[in-house]
Amino acid sequence: MTVNISNKAAIVGVANTEFSKNSGRSELQLAAEVVAAALADAGLKPGDVDGMSTFAMDTSDEIEVARAVGIGDLSFYSRVPHGGGAATGLVHQAAMAVATGMAKCVVIYRGLNGRSGHRFSAGVSGEITTSDSIHWGWYMPYGLLTPASWVAMCTQRYMHLGNCTKDSLFEVAYTMRQHAATNPQALFYGQPFDRQEYDAQKKVVDPFQLYDCCLESDGASAVVITSVERAKHLRQPGVVIRGVAQGAAANMESMTSFYEGEIATTQPMDIAAKQVYAQSGLSPEHVDSAVFYDAFSSTVLFQLESWGFCERFGAHDFVLDGSLRLDGRLPTNTNGGQLSEAYIHGVNGIVEAARLVRGGSVNQPNKEINHVLVTSGVGVPTGGAILGTMDTL
Amino acid sequence: MTAADRQALEEQIYAYVGRAIGQPKKSMDDVNVAMIRQWAEVMGDESSIYFDQQRASTTAKGGIIAPPSMLQVWSMEGYPMAASPAVDEQRALHQIFDSFGFTGVLGTNTSTEMYRDLRPGDSVTSQTTIDTISEQKATARGIGYFIETVTVFTDQHGEAVGRQVFRVLKFIPNESNGQGAQDSTEQSGTPAPPVRIPSPRGQDNGWWWQAVDAGKVLIQRCKSCSTLRHPPRPMCGQCQSVEWDSIESALAGEVYSFTTLYHPKVPGYHYPLCCAVIELAEGTRLVANIVGIDHDAVTIGMKVQGKVEQVDEKTMLPQFYPA
Repeated sequence: MTVNISNKAAIVGVANTEFSKNSGRSELQLAAEVVAAALADAGLKPGDVDGMSTFAMDTSDEIEVARAVGIGDLSFYSRVPHGGGAATGLVHQAAMAVATGMAKCVVIYRGLNGRSGHRFSAGVSGEITTSDSIHWGWYMPYGLLTPASWVAMCTQRYMHLGNCTKDSLFEVAYTMRQHAATNPQALFYGQPFDRQEYDAQKKVVDPFQLYDCCLESDGASAVVITSVERAKHLRQPGVVIRGVAQGAAANMESMTSFYEGEIATTQPMDIAAKQVYAQSGLSPEHVDSAVFYDAFSSTVLFQLESWGFCERFGAHDFVLDGSLRLDGRLPTNTNGGQLSEAYIHGVNGIVEAARLVRGGSVNQPNKEINHVLVTSGVGVPTGGAILGTMDTL
Repeated sequence: MTAADRQALEEQIYAYVGRAIGQPKKSMDDVNVAMIRQWAEVMGDESSIYFDQQRASTTAKGGIIAPPSMLQVWSMEGYPMAASPAVDEQRALHQIFDSFGFTGVLGTNTSTEMYRDLRPGDSVTSQTTIDTISEQKATARGIGYFIETVTVFTDQHGEAVGRQVFRVLKFIPNESNGQGAQDSTEQSGTPAPPVRIPSPRGQDNGWWWQAVDAGKVLIQRCKSCSTLRHPPRPMCGQCQSVEWDSIESALAGEVYSFTTLYHPKVPGYHYPLCCAVIELAEGTRLVANIVGIDHDAVTIGMKVQGKVEQVDEKTMLPQFYPA
């Protein structure tokens, strides 16, 4: 890497809208509201923003959001593809733009009516013709239509090869729900479950039952990123981007990398993890808390291995030790995650990771938090980032 | 429909939200043993608590009760309503939908809460209110609106004994809005049975699906270095040659991984549905269905043999059986 973007940029403002099953307003309005709220959190004005980045999948154009919010001229804008794989990709775009001077202040956002509008659980239909519709054609006639079914294919093999059982899937889902139960913003606030209730849920695709699958929700999240220098003079404690990277693996497909090598793994995440650790000079023992992209319970297990918190196939034992709980080795998804807070395509996870570094999570663990890992989707080209306090510079 | 039509429709329909569809209706008959017994017989429910006073009196219920799920029965209007349906606000609302082309109606779901057991001699009064009308939704059936009614059941003392929520979809049937129609050449009026979603066919994959239509599964082979590749793509990743031919797979292989699907149930597919990644003897992998075996008996590593079969009216697909 010729230019190291580590420690050049910082998160200075974050916001979520409320999360719901029916927002009652357009995705553009959600995006505009959350961008304005993140700027207010930072103590910045719309006119301070000169860069924007969002998901390729987002329906609200950067210039439309900018016009709605009253943001002025832009010198940088970009989109990141592959659904939830884009989440920390936006941080990546913003950090590069700030580090290279292409922009001084970048706001990243994602707003969706994921429950009242288009629901991902409905699966692919072939009716939306995109460049990868032919790719879905290898699965649609057989009925392998939904994100749950694609991830299940890898999970079944993972469980077959390792010592993983439903016990660890339960522990992941249970812990996320415990965190949501004490987060008033979470859709599952005040609704913990026990093993009996988890086991009683309907089957979706083997091995997933309902509580192994994330929510579908309406809402938006945004994050404001500017230089570390400027962050020192703003309202909130700065959250330094210590390392951020993307990863796509050789011969992969989006969600259906079934054809080469071992599929009981997430190679794109391995690639991202290696880069983030190299870029930041950090290693797993420096990471105090994590926000993993948890579209399905098993994806947390894969990622624990990718990021080196345990050995290959060691995630089952790692989570059964209570490691993900608030008093555990690696308090994880303290907001309730996408399994139980809301599914905002991982960007609510970035908001939570920044809050953990600031010390302001609603479920702030009772220990010193210097570094927090946050990741993007599993099964797609993906990425991750380690955020740190200004003191860690 | 135009934006103006939609606005005109929505102005009219949303005015109905919150309205009672008519006056409270007292049931034609009080709760009685004869009707309970007949209902229980038809439903095949042989519990003596519904008809044997002596046995029922020895139970915790202390006597005969009406089956809880009979609640709605007491409020029914009787057979003459089939010839001359009631004119009420609900019907008026449906007629507005019909006039805008939302002629389809589908009961989607209902839920009932029962607050106490009904006993012979009780008298049930019901009142139905149009509780909510959704925003416009694009459903698999067509564009439509969900209408939710709430019926509250009270007894002779005016105390609530139960509550039923009923949801219907009023929609423009897909055939008439031209979207998603299965086959416009079919004029019979009977909708064609749903079929599996086909793969789009382009330059890089159409030849593969045409071979399947003809009963064969092919594997693309680089003409320059003979590397096999699946799914097909226009260039060889090993030697960058764009020249290729193909070999026919013998469809012998083993299960590399699999999953059984239960939910959601997409029209055209039968559930539980087993999908698998098959490692073919030729060395490439293929996603297909596993059939001819209970899905709980499928294991990773199991030997399978495939054949191309017609799985519905329009679809030929490779399907794998235990070898």
